[in-house]
Amino acid sequence: MAQRGNVTMRLWRGTAAGGQFVDYQVAREEGMVVLDAVHAVQAQQANDLSVRWNCKAGKCGSCSAEVNGYPRLMCMTRLDLFDPGEPITVAPLKTFPLVKDLVTNVRWNFESAKRIPPLKPGPLTAEEQRKGEFQMMQQDVDRIQEFRKCIECFLCQDTCHVLRDAQDTDKFFGPRQMIRLANLEMHPKDSADRIPMIKKEAGVGMCNITKCCTEVCPEHIRITDNGIIPLKERVVDRYYDPVTMLLNALRPGNTKLR
Amino acid sequence: MAAATQQLAWGRFTLRRDAWWLQPLLVILGLGGFGLYSTYRVFENAHYVAGLYQSPLGSPDLRGYVPWLQAFVPFTISPALLILPFPLLFRLTCYYYRKAYYRSFFTMPPACAVRGASSHAYPGERGIFLLQNLHRFFLYLAILILVILWYDTALAFGLETGHLVVGLGGFLFLGNVILLSGYTFGCHSLRHLVGGKLDCYSCDEGSKARYKVWQRVSWLNTNHMGWAWASLFSIWAVDLFVRFLDIGLIRDVRLL
Repeated sequence: MAQRGNVTMRLWRGTAAGGQFVDYQVAREEGMVVLDAVHAVQAQQANDLSVRWNCKAGKCGSCSAEVNGYPRLMCMTRLDLFDPGEPITVAPLKTFPLVKDLVTNVRWNFESAKRIPPLKPGPLTAEEQRKGEFQMMQQDVDRIQEFRKCIECFLCQDTCHVLRDAQDTDKFFGPRQMIRLANLEMHPKDSADRIPMIKKEAGVGMCNITKCCTEVCPEHIRITDNGIIPLKERVVDRYYDPVTMLLNALRPGNTKLR
Repeated sequence: MAAATQQLAWGRFTLRRDAWWLQPLLVILGLGGFGLYSTYRVFENAHYVAGLYQSPLGSPDLRGYVPWLQAFVPFTISPALLILPFPLLFRLTCYYYRKAYYRSFFTMPPACAVRGASSHAYPGERGIFLLQNLHRFFLYLAILILVILWYDTALAFGLETGHLVVGLGGFLFLGNVILLSGYTFGCHSLRHLVGGKLDCYSCDEGSKARYKVWQRVSWLNTNHMGWAWASLFSIWAVDLFVRFLDIGLIRDVRLL
């Protein structure tokens, strides 16, 4: 049943220098999402409210915020998810430097992405040379396709406690970049070796598998199970498992050991 | 219109208002309860066998292989004390249980977007926690123990009696080893070893075959948490059954 009446939107207003939550009353309409209510506040009561958004369809990853303390896309969070009598709190992503109101500076994510070596295609097979193009079979596409669903909303980076609470951005690239690395490392046509980087610079050992990144991902990418843990196991192959280390030593040049 | 401002400090413990504390609390109760019970059973040193049934907490009995060990401790060594460290290490280094204990016991973090109680940040896999990288070796031991538990299940159905025995205990044992197998063969490390480490699943016949095995392990792995809890409780249930049977508190229901 449609819920009538007003909803109290408790929005964070302020800058890095300071601020507070401010309550706004918004007329509730059927099917309304949090971003609709925030837009209503911006249009009718607070023209100077800063909020980042683009597609309003859960695909651009711009309107990430913390709704009632939980990292969500505002455009994909319906108001009827919450108790109608309770105010809905909307706060900016806590992990990143605040610019103003609900807008944060997520530049660091792009800076760390730049440090990841891009795809380095290996030599073409005889068949590929004849056709003049790469060929990938469906079973090889399937696994990495999941990682390519990422919309870079950075909710996973926001909820990762290593980045959020400890601000250890110098030790860990975060779940988003782990997915980028997994996408490249598991690519059948890639010939670059990123395992030393994954262990050291990207800091995969800083993840303690608490799976909050997977929990908040709006694209339902199984970040931990399909991305981070497989990368950890590849690091184990190279640095901790004496059996695979010995096999590696006996087969020099074969970094992608089978 | 804007109402009076609320002076809430941004950056406090959490802004979540749902029951985020429930899951860590249940994990503490579940793992803590099993930990206390199994510790008691390790030092109780009795009631591991009842008729055809050998409790998984005391199987296999390794005491005969290390008789010299008794000289080093002031208490009587039980079969559980010798065998339990291996499945314990398998579960302690398990990727699911890491989530469970880091959230519940270390509060790093207790729930998503909730600040932990500790003032120390997670330092990464260092010191004793480097053992977490050796999960695959504990997996190998867990598979060995699993083979023995399947043998114990065959014994529960009368393997050594010469005729089929069908009792409640047999079904409990069977359920337990099935759940343990689902947990063990859905292991993240196994998933990596059977095929996850490959980059190309179509390059040759070997990788095509490994892809199929990887798919099956992946299917089990999808609900690794469910298998982990179900198998933990089934071990608990089977051991309680054997213990109560041996004490004489209950009687086995025999169909054959």
